[in-house]
Amino acid sequence: MLEIRHLSKSFGALRVSDDISLALGPNECHAIIGPNGAGKTTLIHQISGVLRSDAGEVRLGGRDVTGLTVWQRVQAGLGRTFQITSILPSFSVLENVAIAAQAKAGGSMRFFAPAARDAALNDAAAAVLTRVGLADRMEARAADLSHGELRLLELAIALAARPKVLLLDEPMAGLGRTESAALIDLLAELRAEVPMLLVEHDMDAVFRLADRLSVLVDGRIIASGPPAEVRDDPGARAAYLGAEA
Amino acid sequence: MARDRMIGAAIFATLLALPLLLPLVGADYLMGLLIKAMLLAIAAISLDLIIGQGGMVSLGHAAFIGVGAYTAAIALESGIEEILILLALTLAVTALVALITGALALRTSGVYFLMITLAFGQMIYFTFTSLAAYGGDDGLTLWSLATLFGSDVVQNGEGLYFFVLATLLATWAGVHRIGLSRFGRVLRAARDNPQRAEVMGYPITRYRLVAYVIAACIAGVSGLLMMQYAEFVSPAIATWQRSGDLIVAVVLGGLGTRNGALLGAFFIVLMEEILSSLLHEWRLIYGPLLVILVLYAKGGLADLMAPRAKGAG
Amino acid sequence: MSLTLFLILCLNGLQYGLLLFLIAAGLTLVFGVMGFINLAHGVQYMVGAYLIFAFTGLTGSFALALPLSLLAALAIGLLLEYAVFRHLYARPHLDQVLATFGIIIFLNELAKVLFGPTTLSIETPAFLSGAIQLTEQLRYPVYRLATIGVGLAVAIGLFATISYTRIGMLVRAGSTTPEMVAALGVNVTQLFRVVFGVGAMLAGFAGIIAAPIFAIEPGMGDNILIIAFVVIIIGGVGSIGGAFVAAILVGLIDTLGRSVATDLMSLFFGPSMANQVGPALASMLIYILMAAILVFRPKGLLPAKGVVA
Repeated sequence: MLEIRHLSKSFGALRVSDDISLALGPNECHAIIGPNGAGKTTLIHQISGVLRSDAGEVRLGGRDVTGLTVWQRVQAGLGRTFQITSILPSFSVLENVAIAAQAKAGGSMRFFAPAARDAALNDAAAAVLTRVGLADRMEARAADLSHGELRLLELAIALAARPKVLLLDEPMAGLGRTESAALIDLLAELRAEVPMLLVEHDMDAVFRLADRLSVLVDGRIIASGPPAEVRDDPGARAAYLGAEA
Repeated sequence: MARDRMIGAAIFATLLALPLLLPLVGADYLMGLLIKAMLLAIAAISLDLIIGQGGMVSLGHAAFIGVGAYTAAIALESGIEEILILLALTLAVTALVALITGALALRTSGVYFLMITLAFGQMIYFTFTSLAAYGGDDGLTLWSLATLFGSDVVQNGEGLYFFVLATLLATWAGVHRIGLSRFGRVLRAARDNPQRAEVMGYPITRYRLVAYVIAACIAGVSGLLMMQYAEFVSPAIATWQRSGDLIVAVVLGGLGTRNGALLGAFFIVLMEEILSSLLHEWRLIYGPLLVILVLYAKGGLADLMAPRAKGAG
Repeated sequence: MSLTLFLILCLNGLQYGLLLFLIAAGLTLVFGVMGFINLAHGVQYMVGAYLIFAFTGLTGSFALALPLSLLAALAIGLLLEYAVFRHLYARPHLDQVLATFGIIIFLNELAKVLFGPTTLSIETPAFLSGAIQLTEQLRYPVYRLATIGVGLAVAIGLFATISYTRIGMLVRAGSTTPEMVAALGVNVTQLFRVVFGVGAMLAGFAGIIAAPIFAIEPGMGDNILIIAFVVIIIGGVGSIGGAFVAAILVGLIDTLGRSVATDLMSLFFGPSMANQVGPALASMLIYILMAAILVFRPKGLLPAKGVVA
């Protein structure tokens, strides 16, 4: 579904992504792990188009999207979440998701019909919110949500556009144990519907969800393969896993 | 939202009833003052669409009032008198100017946008001063005015008053609906969190540009009517200080509220009228007053009138 | 156009450009370091011009009035900073715009009340009057040459200060990574005050040296402020080097444009049409330049590193 070829990016003399290639098949979860500063978020930014790559190619469902802007990539089916929650704080929870659904549905250059009473959008948004478990918080202002709820809203916004591929940048960041466990269950369900590229520090989540695992160190992938294999790879252990696995 | 509409309804009912009461106090003067205030209110409401809902602080909005006024005046001079045709011309020309300047200014954002709109506004102002055939610096007195279906009913007095009131109402309702629409909420989403709006799949610059053009068109219409009211047009209509006054009106009334922009505009016109009748150098009071308002009364008049609901359009 | 005229225009343009630089430098530093958008910066230029007018009248000597005016301009700038601006640094730009707009309205009106609404002028100081023969056919006023010299000297001084002194280092750091300056334990309030004072004094100085050449009138700072914005956009926000290059460019283009536009247009149109289009086009030239920069280099010619446009 998603294919990345030889993606590179430098900030001045610092090479933050160095010739990264990876592929994500249908119904697959590919996890990327690595120490802080390894370039994981940079990679997500490059794939989603927030950062321009110096070299390399991003293909989505066989289509080259490297030249597309952020919004065009989203329209093409590339959804993402942010490591640091990024929502619309002054809108209601339902509206946050409805606006995301509206981008997919089109018709955003309509100037007169009140959007808040648009049943199609609201139903689509409500369905997604029910799915992630925020059904009873739909009317709340997004700014009033707890941290755990915000992480779910973040995910719901990405899902509302019905993406073909989902890029998840540390979805568990800052969650407690129970919240994490619930989110892992949810992602495990979703994996059957949408392939995901998962950047995560939480090793429970990684080993529970990932079909493939890549270890990113200093902008380069040093090991890649099924999780069990990578776990036993000495290079990867030395670089990163040693501390936690 | 319902509260907004009720306050709006009260304001418009008052404006509708005033001409019936005014003859009792016998004042063409007051009618003129109200027309002036309503014309400024139309422009202020349009500016609130881009500042309040779009989060784009433009310091060149008065230039579009000027573009509207000059387009209409030049068309009048060349013999077109039907106000509906003038309206169409005004809309077309302001839209074009706004499209070009807006597309350039929106290559940046924030304070850069502010500087660039100010610069383009000044460019347009100087263009007016160099129109020697239309009075240059001194402006142009109009010997004929616009007509509605050949009738002179919209040239002065109550006819003009109600025509301006109708335009104000249309502006209020139109911007209100835009705020509630699919377009409006994308615009506000882009204001609150541009990166998120983009990652939701929206080309935000395009939405901002459309809002900018709509606002400019409304300002252009207010310019046409200002010309009609004053029977005169000069570059002074488009100075950057006028743009500043419009921002004052919008902020004074409370950002993102049409009633706020409307009342802010009325406040400015009335205050200028009252202060200048008390003291010729009234700006010595107006200037410090602005500073004090900014430093000590943050949310504007709207804070005093109603609690501010930020997400609501 | 003769070569002599062209040279004169170039010198005039250079001189105008240096004036613009003095104003734009303060504006871009204040914005770069404090993120403060000061519309009232142009008023400081007007204040400088009125001060030199007043002090020359009092003392009868330009040479004596110059330091007095500079000090007074500095004092007024610092007073405004203390009374109003420092409360605005942390505020949204919209608040800064409104409050500084209020200051402009007040000071413009005050100038009108104190000095009258008509334009004033002062004599070129005696020791700088007259003209010198530059080439066989070119005589150029000494005073204008002196302003060019002084403008260049100030520009070089400013570059040197910013490049080689500790305060300059802080200013550079402040305009790229303000958090770092605070983290270094620098007294930010004091740094702001110094930068602001210098900016105010530079603008005041521009007003002082412009006074014998241009008309002194209320509101004279407003238009030049907007041109200074154009300079900053062209040069790149927060960048002194960019401001310098852009200021000279704008000064030259504006001055040359105004004198050749009509002639140039008469090549394409009839004389009456050219008389219409020429001046209009001339007044638009620098904005067209700005638009072109926005299309091709939205961050300006020489953007300060790290500043995100």
